[in-house]
Amino acid sequence: MESNDQPEKYVISKGVDAFFISVHDIFRFIARFFREVLRPPLEVKEFIRQCYMIGYKSLALITLTGFITGLVFTKQSRPSLAEFGATSWLPSLISIAVIRALAPLVTALICAGKVGSGIGAELASMKVTEQIDAMEVSAINPFKYLVVTRIMACTVCLPLLMAYTALVGMMGSYLDIHLNEQTSITAFFNKAFNDIAFLDLFASLTKALTYGFTIGVVSCYLGYNATQGTTGVGKAANVSVVVSMFLIFIEEIIIVQIVNSIR
Amino acid sequence: MKSFTPEIDYDNTVISIGDLYKSFGTNHVLRGVDLKLHKGENIVVLGRSGTGKSVLIKIIAGLLKPDAGTVNVLGEEVPQLGPIALRELRMKVGFCFQNGALYDSMTVGENLAFPLKRNEPNMKAEQRNKLVDIVLDAVGLSHTIDQMPAELSGGQRKRIGIGRTLILRPEIMLYDEPTAGLDPITCTEINNLINEVQRRFKTSSIIITHDLTCARATGDEIAVMKEGKFIKQGKFDEVFTDNDELIREFYDYNFTQ
Ligand SMILES: Nc1ncnc2c1ncn2[C@@H]1O[C@H](COP(=O)(O)OP(=O)(O)OP(=O)(O)O)[C@@H](O)[C@H]1O
Ligand SMILES: [Mg+2]
Repeated sequence: MESNDQPEKYVISKGVDAFFISVHDIFRFIARFFREVLRPPLEVKEFIRQCYMIGYKSLALITLTGFITGLVFTKQSRPSLAEFGATSWLPSLISIAVIRALAPLVTALICAGKVGSGIGAELASMKVTEQIDAMEVSAINPFKYLVVTRIMACTVCLPLLMAYTALVGMMGSYLDIHLNEQTSITAFFNKAFNDIAFLDLFASLTKALTYGFTIGVVSCYLGYNATQGTTGVGKAANVSVVVSMFLIFIEEIIIVQIVNSIR
Repeated sequence: MKSFTPEIDYDNTVISIGDLYKSFGTNHVLRGVDLKLHKGENIVVLGRSGTGKSVLIKIIAGLLKPDAGTVNVLGEEVPQLGPIALRELRMKVGFCFQNGALYDSMTVGENLAFPLKRNEPNMKAEQRNKLVDIVLDAVGLSHTIDQMPAELSGGQRKRIGIGRTLILRPEIMLYDEPTAGLDPITCTEINNLINEVQRRFKTSSIIITHDLTCARATGDEIAVMKEGKFIKQGKFDEVFTDNDELIREFYDYNFTQ
């Protein structure tokens, strides 16, 4: 096959051009999501199935991680507070840390790993084995059926999982505080929620929605546009995790800045 | 050779392609393809790997957009169709992928029912199941209905893929290398299936292949592609009396080993 009749031209360089082209592609992908999300038929069944896969199937891992995060964080913070004889502040310190920062971040990172790689690999393998083309040619809209449902499920499940992580984390913390300071559960939660403002809850909800959307978009985009046969599947899974985590941290910084300026 | 005489209506063209060009970057894949498929006819497209055969049928199915040229399928200009019109046309054009492209999260039965569920949501479950049974019977794999695609052999997967395409009762079938990678006996089964589909469902087909046995068994007309163009077209015996180097190579490779 003769090719390279004329040399390829780039605006800046091959890599930089490719980067801007993919950024443009991702925004078109997101625009298409918003165009198709409300257009009937709504894929309710597939959406629920995805929520089950994304939400319910992550519960075990999230329970373990959330509980240990709360427990360990309490144990690590106690000596510093004990120096000032202020261990009674532990519940409110922990609740602020968990609700403002730990729960959204821990949930998002775990989901980026578990859900992001799962979606990336699943869609990529469907792409490279032509299953997505097969849907297209049998008059089915694969974007709506595969992509829209997954992005929606991620966006809806992440806040729920985050709330659950926060609860489990607080339980972990309570266990440790109860064993050391003999605080009762009502006293613990009274103190814990004393210092939580509406803004904290709102900010965490915003974070969780943003992270969920990010994980969904990134992993669906990479899976849906996978190439290069079976190696492309591994690559899509891997890059989904890396890019999602990277974006989550960037978004974390931005949201925290905005919230602090409101506070 | 076929065991029946296909009813071909030479006054009725279902696919008409004129001067078709397609490049990927600097890779000029199709360079002026012309093709006419008549109603009821099976055309076999032969050509070496990488000559653009798959690209050609993907353009016919609207999966890829051509750079230039006309692609008229059942009276519609494919590259100009909007999403809704394209979807309607696709109900009438079946596409069989090289490896079946079965949905591997679904059983065989669900694979077959899926296009029906999506495209005919008002159809009753009983009727749908009946159609699934009919099609599975037609491809000779009724017993696999509850199996997962991963449990099937390559040949079975292709036959289910053909079945899944048939279930929407298309007027045109596009087969991408239906016999590639199969043993001779399974190849014969697939060839017979393709002919059976033509006879029973009155479809017109484009069959892409490297396999001359398949070409001879299923093709009413053979078109040989080289470097993005058809260089020779006609009945099997006409094409292979030619002394063109590529055609000889093809013939020798298939029949004189
Ligand atoms: N989506 C695509 N993007 C870029 N290049 C492509 C794409 N699809 C096909 N090509 C290129 O087009 C050329 C023809 O590919 P095609 O798949 O049509 O070959 P083929 O004739 O079907 O070969 P085979 O018999 O091996 O299936 C190849 O060089 C391939 O690299
Ligand atoms: Mg091919």
